[in-house]
Amino acid sequence: MSLIAHLARMEAVEAGRAQPLATVRHRHLSARPLVLVPLTTAGEAGAPLGALVGTDPAEPRLLVVPQPRDREQRFAFLAELAEVVLPYVEGYADDVEPVERKDPATGEKVLVDLCADAPQLIVPSRAGIAYVRLLGRSMRFRRTAEQDPDTPYPAPPRVPLLGRWLTHYGERARVPGSSLLLAATDLLNRHWATGQSSLEDQHLGALLAWIDAPDGPGAASGAEAAHRAELGRDERGQLLCPPAGPATDPAFDNQLLAPAIEAYDRARLGVGAAEDGAAAELALGALHRAEGEVRRLVASQLKPTWDASWRALALLRELPEGARVADRWTRDRWSFTAHRDRITAGEPPQPRRDDAVTAAAKLAAREQAQGQLDAQEALDDPLVLAGRRLAGEAFTGEVTEVVMAWTESKRPAPRPLVTVRTGDRPHLGGGVKAYRSLDGRPQAAEFVALEEDGSVVLRLLDKMGRAKEPAPGTVPEKGDRIAWTLFEHDQRSGPKLPDPEETPWTHGGPPRHPEGELPDAVTPEDLL
Amino acid sequence: MSVFDPSSAAAEATAAILADTLHGTARGVVVDSPPGAGKSTLVVRAALELAAAGRPLMVVAQTNAQVDDLVLRLAEKQPELEVGRLHSSDSDPYDRALDGLERVRKSAKAADLAGLPVVVSTAAKWAHVKNVEPWAHAIVDEAYQMRSDALLAVAGLFERALFVGDPGQLDPFSVVGAEQWAGLSYDPSASAVSTLLAHNPELPQHRLPVSWRLPASAAPLVSDAFYPYTPFRSGTGPGDRRLSFGAPSDGSAQDRVLDEAAESGWGLLELPARHTPRTDPEAVRAVALVVRRLLDRGGAAVSERAEEPVPLTAGRIAVGTAHRDQAAAVRAALAELGVSGVTVDTANRLQGREYDVTVVLHPLSGRPDATAFHLETGRLCVLASRHRHACVVVCRAGVTDLLDEHPSTEPVQLGVTVKFPDGWEANHAVLSHLAEHRVRWTP
Repeated sequence: MSLIAHLARMEAVEAGRAQPLATVRHRHLSARPLVLVPLTTAGEAGAPLGALVGTDPAEPRLLVVPQPRDREQRFAFLAELAEVVLPYVEGYADDVEPVERKDPATGEKVLVDLCADAPQLIVPSRAGIAYVRLLGRSMRFRRTAEQDPDTPYPAPPRVPLLGRWLTHYGERARVPGSSLLLAATDLLNRHWATGQSSLEDQHLGALLAWIDAPDGPGAASGAEAAHRAELGRDERGQLLCPPAGPATDPAFDNQLLAPAIEAYDRARLGVGAAEDGAAAELALGALHRAEGEVRRLVASQLKPTWDASWRALALLRELPEGARVADRWTRDRWSFTAHRDRITAGEPPQPRRDDAVTAAAKLAAREQAQGQLDAQEALDDPLVLAGRRLAGEAFTGEVTEVVMAWTESKRPAPRPLVTVRTGDRPHLGGGVKAYRSLDGRPQAAEFVALEEDGSVVLRLLDKMGRAKEPAPGTVPEKGDRIAWTLFEHDQRSGPKLPDPEETPWTHGGPPRHPEGELPDAVTPEDLL
Repeated sequence: MSVFDPSSAAAEATAAILADTLHGTARGVVVDSPPGAGKSTLVVRAALELAAAGRPLMVVAQTNAQVDDLVLRLAEKQPELEVGRLHSSDSDPYDRALDGLERVRKSAKAADLAGLPVVVSTAAKWAHVKNVEPWAHAIVDEAYQMRSDALLAVAGLFERALFVGDPGQLDPFSVVGAEQWAGLSYDPSASAVSTLLAHNPELPQHRLPVSWRLPASAAPLVSDAFYPYTPFRSGTGPGDRRLSFGAPSDGSAQDRVLDEAAESGWGLLELPARHTPRTDPEAVRAVALVVRRLLDRGGAAVSERAEEPVPLTAGRIAVGTAHRDQAAAVRAALAELGVSGVTVDTANRLQGREYDVTVVLHPLSGRPDATAFHLETGRLCVLASRHRHACVVVCRAGVTDLLDEHPSTEPVQLGVTVKFPDGWEANHAVLSHLAEHRVRWTP
């Protein structure tokens, strides 16, 4: 954690409420995001218990699995989830704009489609992102009856497709600065510092309590409200603020959910045991009531998190969007468009594991994205820049002198010396370069000397045109206040890696299943 | 039992490595080298022998400084050998000293250097070389500091390779999470050697058994703490290296710790326990004062390299820290005391470098927590193994308690080889040794 973040946390403790870490919003927010609040069954990895999902805060769709161990019901849940998520996702697939791009094969410029906007998924917490990945993995290799008539438990038609989309979103969420799939806690933590530990910051209710603490004398401080959100229980021992999931509170599981599911199981047995029409009708009524009770319980756990997620989005919308956020969202749109194209082209689902080349390419892309994100956030936001200044990685100051100078070559190029007075203490030394943003593009300068009074002398190196005299507006003038960074604004793209078929011997040679992995074979354990 | 003869043990190891490299059948040979065991000498020797055997050779190093250093060493050993220095197209891409070498050709394009017996460059530059005839042989230097994905990008350029490196130094790192590939044999964030050996377990592995850099006072500690299963010895005996001062001690803590270090090879300057920011002003000043006194007292170093004692100059002293802002703070403090010419850098950047005396700001000094970064075995190993004579560690009291409060809690990943020793244990081993050479700070 940076020094400025520590400082903000200490201020938050003192003030009793969260302190801003940013003056602008550093992530894109869709006008119509899809919020998904999933719950999972305790002790059963990958067995969903229920979810609230939708694009309208007032009208969530409630999905509940009354008996989470029942495979049929699990499939019904996933099919219903697909019914909500896929139309939302596909709603963005056809609205495209033509964009000029270089064809990687020929190097010529070609027009390709880019989706004008992309669907955005919001989950309450980081664990929710992991759960989206888990759901994606559990669905994308499933076979439908149409794909494979012999499959013993065919998945409902659209479930494998949902698995592929969730997998894509889960994978994209690992790219720094991407906004296709976001966790509300991550969004809030990026923009505010609370007075609690970063582990406690993973609790959406407690986090909101710090940020959204009521004003006025006598109002509870953020710390107290967070404490209540985390630990407060009602007279029946239930949490006042249920966890944001996907895991549920054990007290809820033991005292309320387990008896309700048992009642539901008994009612189902009752339906099977009914001997005549009247008895069946009675039993069906009991089953209906039992199912309704489970639904009510699950909804009671989901609704506060649903509201909190939308509250978080509303808080973030109050911040203006950073200038370079749209640029990163365009990359997200490319990512969405590319996956749309892979699905249209009938490509197989994403493999279970990346091959060596794909893994290396992903890591390189993410490192590049991280560097770019760090630079862009600082350029977009004076408060983030202040953190970098405090760390000696940037400085701002007033230009006190500009002396023209030229290179000593046959065609002299301008290399003006700029003196900047600054109160910052950047880590400058021989060979260190500094950059400033000139109309959105970086201009480089090299460190020349440190004056007695702490002023910094820099030599401008580029972006001054080809003539002997620098182009107008490209050299700072006396009195200009300029922010300089010691980090580069753009990231160089990494080297081209070999094709997967040409994976070298050091990395095990080419992968064995270039056409994509086969799904797991069915084992006796699958047929319990 | 025969007496251990470092020279012959090292020569034996080198001969076996060269035999495998020049005449073996395996596509790769891996050499583990503890600190200062003559890794660079081995690389130069292997390069010359491969060139002499007429095998076109590419050498992959990790940084431009390492590349320039290698080219200079090659030219020094064999001035008539033609060497290519492939460099980036940035301004000032290589050491200007290379311009004075007649037989060294420099270019930013691999095609310009085609046909030369030896071409040297960084892994990053090699990765951009495409559409060339593969080299018959490669030497990959600092292979344990090279990331698996960097090897992936260059491995298509050579048929066979000699991989040389120090497994005890800092592991390569990535600025983003790479947990999703943990346990895969080709995890792109792992070291090049771990991927190579996971896929080619049959490759011959060698080890250099003697550290020529570390004095007899340091080799046993570094070997025990960081290389428990692959021990090494020092090339020099207990009396071969001596450090003395022209001016006597003035009784201050910094002078007493210097005397202790000159006497025993190690010194611990302990500041009172306290939680501090990373750039702990008191500790930074203590480091600077130790360096100032080291220069003022006119140190002289006696070693096997020279008949006469050699004066200890600023260029032979380094200060090591964990973080860059700490290094910057120490530089500023040294400048205030009028000291210049002393190297001050982070562990990452001190890798592969050698000094007579080092002053180390302990990575855990003043910290409220012990994170994986600060516990990393390699970081402490680098900091504790740069010196030929003595190492002074500056640290706040209470680090042992801190360690006890923070046992390693890194999640266990399936398929990932557990590294021994872990940072926790190595830190304890070093601290308990340093405790015998403790001087308490009195401002």
